[in-house]
Amino acid sequence: MTTTVEEPPAAPEPPEAPERPRTSSTLGLTIMRVVSAAAIPIVLFALLWLTFDFLRDADANRFALAGVAIVVGVGGVFLLFWGTNRVVDLLPDSIRGAVRPYVFVGPALVILAVFLVYPVISTIIISFGDREGEGFVGLDNYDFVFSDESMLRSIRNTLGWIVIVPLVATSIGLAFATLADRLRRGEAVAKSLIFMPMAISFVGATVTWTLIYSFRPEGFGTNIGLLNGIKSGLGLSPTAWLQETPWNNLLLMVIMIWIQTGFAMVVLSAAIKAIPDEIIEAARIDGASELQVFRRIIVPSIAPTIAVVVTYMVINAMKVFDIVFVIGNAETNETEVIAERMIEWFFISNHDGRGAAIAVVLFLAVIPVMVWNVRRFREQEALR
Amino acid sequence: MTLTAPLPEEVEAEAPPPRGVAEEVRGGGWFVRITILVIVALWLIPTVGVLVTSFRPEAVVNETGWWTAIGHVFDSGQWTLQNYRDALDTGGFENAFLNSLAVTIPATVMPITIAAFAAYAFSWMEFRGRYVMFVAVVGLLVVPLQMALIPILKLYSGGARLGGVPVFPDLELNGTFLGIWLAHTAFGLPLAVYLLRNFIGSLPSSIIESARVDGADHFTIFWRLVVPLSVPALAAFAIFQFLWVWNDLLVARIFLGATQENRVLTIALQTLAGARAQDWHLLTSAAFISMILPLAVFFGLQRYFIRGLTAGAVKG
Repeated sequence: MTTTVEEPPAAPEPPEAPERPRTSSTLGLTIMRVVSAAAIPIVLFALLWLTFDFLRDADANRFALAGVAIVVGVGGVFLLFWGTNRVVDLLPDSIRGAVRPYVFVGPALVILAVFLVYPVISTIIISFGDREGEGFVGLDNYDFVFSDESMLRSIRNTLGWIVIVPLVATSIGLAFATLADRLRRGEAVAKSLIFMPMAISFVGATVTWTLIYSFRPEGFGTNIGLLNGIKSGLGLSPTAWLQETPWNNLLLMVIMIWIQTGFAMVVLSAAIKAIPDEIIEAARIDGASELQVFRRIIVPSIAPTIAVVVTYMVINAMKVFDIVFVIGNAETNETEVIAERMIEWFFISNHDGRGAAIAVVLFLAVIPVMVWNVRRFREQEALR
Repeated sequence: MTLTAPLPEEVEAEAPPPRGVAEEVRGGGWFVRITILVIVALWLIPTVGVLVTSFRPEAVVNETGWWTAIGHVFDSGQWTLQNYRDALDTGGFENAFLNSLAVTIPATVMPITIAAFAAYAFSWMEFRGRYVMFVAVVGLLVVPLQMALIPILKLYSGGARLGGVPVFPDLELNGTFLGIWLAHTAFGLPLAVYLLRNFIGSLPSSIIESARVDGADHFTIFWRLVVPLSVPALAAFAIFQFLWVWNDLLVARIFLGATQENRVLTIALQTLAGARAQDWHLLTSAAFISMILPLAVFFGLQRYFIRGLTAGAVKG
């Protein structure tokens, strides 16, 4: 099986002769580039806002709203691109080619700048501020992050999440992918069923597993949760699973493992199938046992893919929020995690400075991965 | 088959390897099948539990575990649709379902369109800073959205000033659908641009070249040639984004709010789980209402989803 996406070949030199700028004021050119980049997002936004405002006043129903958004969102966006492109056509030959790319790429860049780049900088600044995010309190907020008992627990818990979840999910995924590869029939169905939880929301999955973990003290009704049901069946008294510190953290991690193993399995399965059969056959002929084939050939061959999968899962585990939030009572149950603490402080306790500081800590933890991603990307580009 | 692989007769002529576990694994024998069956069963049990419970009347749910239903499958006293009726009507889940649709569909189609244009430019157009800008996009892939929440919320509710001069107008987008569409569009753009650029950039340059030689301009090439060829990648990303937005809790909570009017399925379910934690007959049916559409999308379009995941992650 070959990957469906090859490395992109070097972009061809388009016949730019008639369009290459010869003499042009750089300032004028820059202004035109900025305008063409920003024009579409601004017009799109204005269109949506006007129609939305109108709809809101008219007390229209959801369908009209969504319908308008789709029409404007797709049709409108396309029309805007087409229109702006036509406007660029009207520009003099000399600068047309220099401005046009900004029509295509500009809107994305402007949106990213406003909604991602600016906020990152702003959050860092706010993290040095007070409760409203204004002023300057030095490192007070960071001091809080590393000294408050609940925060320290959240850091400990998050470390647990990022070690255990990727490890277990990748191991099960790898094992399942390897075994499923040998099935003569039913491989697709089996993989599909393991993969299915990925389609479910974290909220839905948490509700699902809370049923399994559900607890009623003896004498207060039958235990309808699977785990306590098994215990009752064995004649043991039920446990309040989700309140048992610190093991309740593991139970929450199980939920994420349940969801994410399918992802690991699917990606690793594709990687395993990409290993040329000859290599494996040759090893078997040389007398290697199945375990040796697995350890010495399969795993090293797909090592880069394993790295990608593990990295992705580490990042997701670092950002885990929904599961802990839905179960609730994080402080009482001692199940806090960093992302959940951030929302707790920013959204619920309304302390912008602390919320921002926690977000920055999370960001710092993710930066090594960002650097690694960029490096990998540049290596791939260099091979083109 | 290569020259190193033995002919079937030669293998049998050698001493047959011991039929231990290892050989069973290789041959796809009983060990493989049993292990797979066990793992699949373990994976299915949670969902089956929810499904079964959602169809059982409240009284029965509270008295017996759902597994006891296995012995009474044909007992009509065991099954009911009342839970679903309750969830949709008084639980407000019908409204929440519509809200989820109203949020998710625009939040899927907008980023795809914008990203497709940008991906084409990054692949096939020449402009200064192209490489650096794309590296920035790659870097943005892992920025946690927690970093963006506070400032965007402030932008939405108060606008932005630079030294007293309003740079961004106060539009009061908090709690509006427009606000959440924009937020989701922005959060989905890095991955969209990255995936689509990988795909579009790998289209054979000969096709693009011959179109240019025929005098087509960039817009025509993009619209008439590149987009139809990119349907697999567009579909794969559309599915990612759809599932991600539909299943999202945090962004909806922060930008749209938890009012009865505005809340999406995830928020409605979470509120229910908090307020009526022991009403499992309701919780499970509500959970299933929230799951049915993504599951349908998933099962129907699995192929594209998987192809999208593996492309770019697998280095052959």
